[in-house]
Amino acid sequence: MSAIFILIGASLVVAVGFLIAFIWSVKDGQFEDDYTPSIRMLFENGIAQKKEAPEISSTLEIKKVNTNKPIVKKQK
Amino acid sequence: MEQVKNSLKLSCYHCGENCSDSSIHIAEKAFCCSGCKMVYEILNKNDLCTYYDLSQNPGITQKTKVRANKFSFLEDAQVFSKLIQFTDGKQTRVTFYLPQMHCSSCIWLLENLHKLNPEIIGSAVDFPKKEITVVYNETKCKLRDVAELLTAIGYEPHINLSDMDEKVVKSTTKGRLFKLGIAGFCFGNIMMLSFPEYFSSGIYYEKGMRELFSFLILALSLPVFFYSASEFYISAWKGLKQKFLNIDAPIVLAIVITFSRSVYEILTSSGSGYLDSMSGIVFFMLAGRMFQDRVYNSISFERDYKSYFPVAVAVKKDNKEENIPVSKLKVGDRIVIRNNELIPADSILFYGKANIDYSFVTGESLPVEKGIGEIVYAGGKQMGSAIEMEVVKEVSQSYLTQLWNNDAFSQSDEKEISFIHKLSRHFTILLFSIATMAGIYWGIVDSSKLLNALTAVLIVACPCSLLLSATFTNGNIIRIFSKNKLFIKNATVIESMASVTHIVFDKTGTLTQNENAKLIFDGEALSDFEQQLIRTLAAQSSHPLSKHIYNFYPHHSLLQCESFAENVGLGIEGTILGIQVRLGSAQFILNRAVKVENGSKVYVEINGLQKGSFVLKNNYRSGFETLVNQLKKEYSVSLLSGDNDAEKNYLRSVLGENAELLFHQSPADKLNYIATLQAKNKKVLMLGDGLNDAGALRKSDIGIAVSDSINNFSPACDAVLAGSEFKLLKKLLDFAKTGKNIILGSFVLSILYNVVGIGFAVQGTLSPMIAAILMPASSLSILLFTVGLSSLIAKRRNLI
Repeated sequence: MSAIFILIGASLVVAVGFLIAFIWSVKDGQFEDDYTPSIRMLFENGIAQKKEAPEISSTLEIKKVNTNKPIVKKQK
Repeated sequence: MEQVKNSLKLSCYHCGENCSDSSIHIAEKAFCCSGCKMVYEILNKNDLCTYYDLSQNPGITQKTKVRANKFSFLEDAQVFSKLIQFTDGKQTRVTFYLPQMHCSSCIWLLENLHKLNPEIIGSAVDFPKKEITVVYNETKCKLRDVAELLTAIGYEPHINLSDMDEKVVKSTTKGRLFKLGIAGFCFGNIMMLSFPEYFSSGIYYEKGMRELFSFLILALSLPVFFYSASEFYISAWKGLKQKFLNIDAPIVLAIVITFSRSVYEILTSSGSGYLDSMSGIVFFMLAGRMFQDRVYNSISFERDYKSYFPVAVAVKKDNKEENIPVSKLKVGDRIVIRNNELIPADSILFYGKANIDYSFVTGESLPVEKGIGEIVYAGGKQMGSAIEMEVVKEVSQSYLTQLWNNDAFSQSDEKEISFIHKLSRHFTILLFSIATMAGIYWGIVDSSKLLNALTAVLIVACPCSLLLSATFTNGNIIRIFSKNKLFIKNATVIESMASVTHIVFDKTGTLTQNENAKLIFDGEALSDFEQQLIRTLAAQSSHPLSKHIYNFYPHHSLLQCESFAENVGLGIEGTILGIQVRLGSAQFILNRAVKVENGSKVYVEINGLQKGSFVLKNNYRSGFETLVNQLKKEYSVSLLSGDNDAEKNYLRSVLGENAELLFHQSPADKLNYIATLQAKNKKVLMLGDGLNDAGALRKSDIGIAVSDSINNFSPACDAVLAGSEFKLLKKLLDFAKTGKNIILGSFVLSILYNVVGIGFAVQGTLSPMIAAILMPASSLSILLFTVGLSSLIAKRRNLI
């Protein structure tokens, strides 16, 4: 029965993992604009073209512009 | 005739508007104006024609041109620093509001801005907010270039005076999501760890397991108690500081007692506590508040004149024009206002032909003509050629803007205390008396059970189910309202709607519709040639009535106009093929004044003969008469109009003998009228649309702005109602009353649960299991009851 101690630990680890994923997604702004991304993903050649273009996450945060350029942080 | 038919079918490849002919075209693609063609060329050159594949005719008409140096004010360092979000000298990020955004093509094009200008590093669209965030290379590109690029492709950024205010970014929704997520997580895990306790009070426990589980539960409850529930503590504390016992106070009491008793039980191993129930109730209450406090991204309820006014205005100094921020505008400055620009301050007209459209302010669709030397009030839009004027009052002291200096605007926003708080106060008193009685009883009979029973009563009888029923009912009503295009600011508005006793209407723009004003020709039938003559003459003038007449005969080609004269305020005359044609007011044609009922009249004279007149009827909203008939049975009504009393007789017949009709009302008059009604203890609902109603909307118990397009600008208010759904007002008011009854009904239900719970509690036999069953069962059943019942009633009344 002591297996249950390990299982409880494991289940909590998994649950905390999901909690962290949730917090991360809220911080990332996934719940702010729930419409535009659904349209954006439908643009056919968006991916092919976006390769040249910088990657823009849904937070409107420019993460990787170019390795040489400074990273712009979201200012509040 | 053949050609006429063809031209009817032609629509602009870019914007989809009808083209009068096919003279502007590229290959087989016709355009309505050279502006649309230009945008097409820009996109075509840059290989961006996918824009046209994603949706049909996605463009924005380019008929109204934006003048070349309009955005030069963006070079002003002060304006720049206020508008941008971030800059490090190399990269700048800025967010613009683009109200023209309307389809997926727009998103696609706006997110491909970097192809049009390589210095733009990236752009991202937030469609619900109609915003674009652009990051660009500051060293090679200026803010003005970005604004001009957007304008060139048809998305002119909307920059107004309120953008210059300090931005307070409140992210309450984010905080709420964290709290809700964490509460949900802890609630679920605590429930799971409590299962052994529920079944046979933990006889399945192994050695050490009970302690482990108890301490895990305690650990998991800490974030709920200290973080997730914090907004209840804050609200209760705020209420107590103002000597007001709101519903959050007894809830906080219950939470604190539950938590401390549970901690005590766990630490002394005397029991397993009620932490599962506590975290569950916090989770459900947070979910309810979240459901209720929905935000509409595209609608703002807090607008004042600053949202309408421009950031900068062109000032003439030593024959040179300079764009200066409106805030720096001083009395005596010479300002230049061009076509479609807004007058930011009361000024005297110096040069040019002023044709001022006050639709923002009054809702009146017909522009007013002003002569040189006349005072033009701020808030009007110039239609036609550029005018020059001298500022006589500063922006904040103008006739319109000083309305915002009224006390009504500095008062706190909380208009009324929800009846839920009053109800909960009675509830709390009752609760304490039960707790005291139970305490006295056990104090006499068995003092060992005293504390147990006392805390149990306080735990069970927390008014959380009252809060739950209110939040979920309100949330659902808000959802149903928004389906009927009534968007309300917050849940207290529903209650205010339910208690309204007096309804005040504004006339222009609220009862009447700005667009589609109906033009009727009254007189003998005109020959085709005569119609052609009238259209030709009307084409020479930019007066809105001329435009209406011009559009009245769309199929006639224009003739050569030999001479033309426009007499401001009277009418127009001209010679066409040797025939004299005159269009104008009664004064102009008949040489005598004629009183016009319901609308404006234009008389026609051809070759000295009167042919009849065009009547432009004010177009009342559909269903207006039936609506007023329904309303006046239950409410007292009155009408406030900034306009003249030309339509008094008609309105009197609709609104009835008892209604008060007031004309020539200034914005401040309207506000004061509402105040006098309120002094008579009336709960006033004000329906308005323009900035001149802003004071009255604010002062009233509930102000509803009627708007023809929801995303359009509307003054600060408690709710926005789509003009098309205006006739539903009575139904919606009734539904708000129903909502209140549903809350009361579910409150009765929740009291039943409380009685059962208290029954266990006073006997001192409330086991964690009973608490754990009672809590989710009552919460869920109340939730189903309120949401189900309100949806059912809405369905019965055809509201969903």
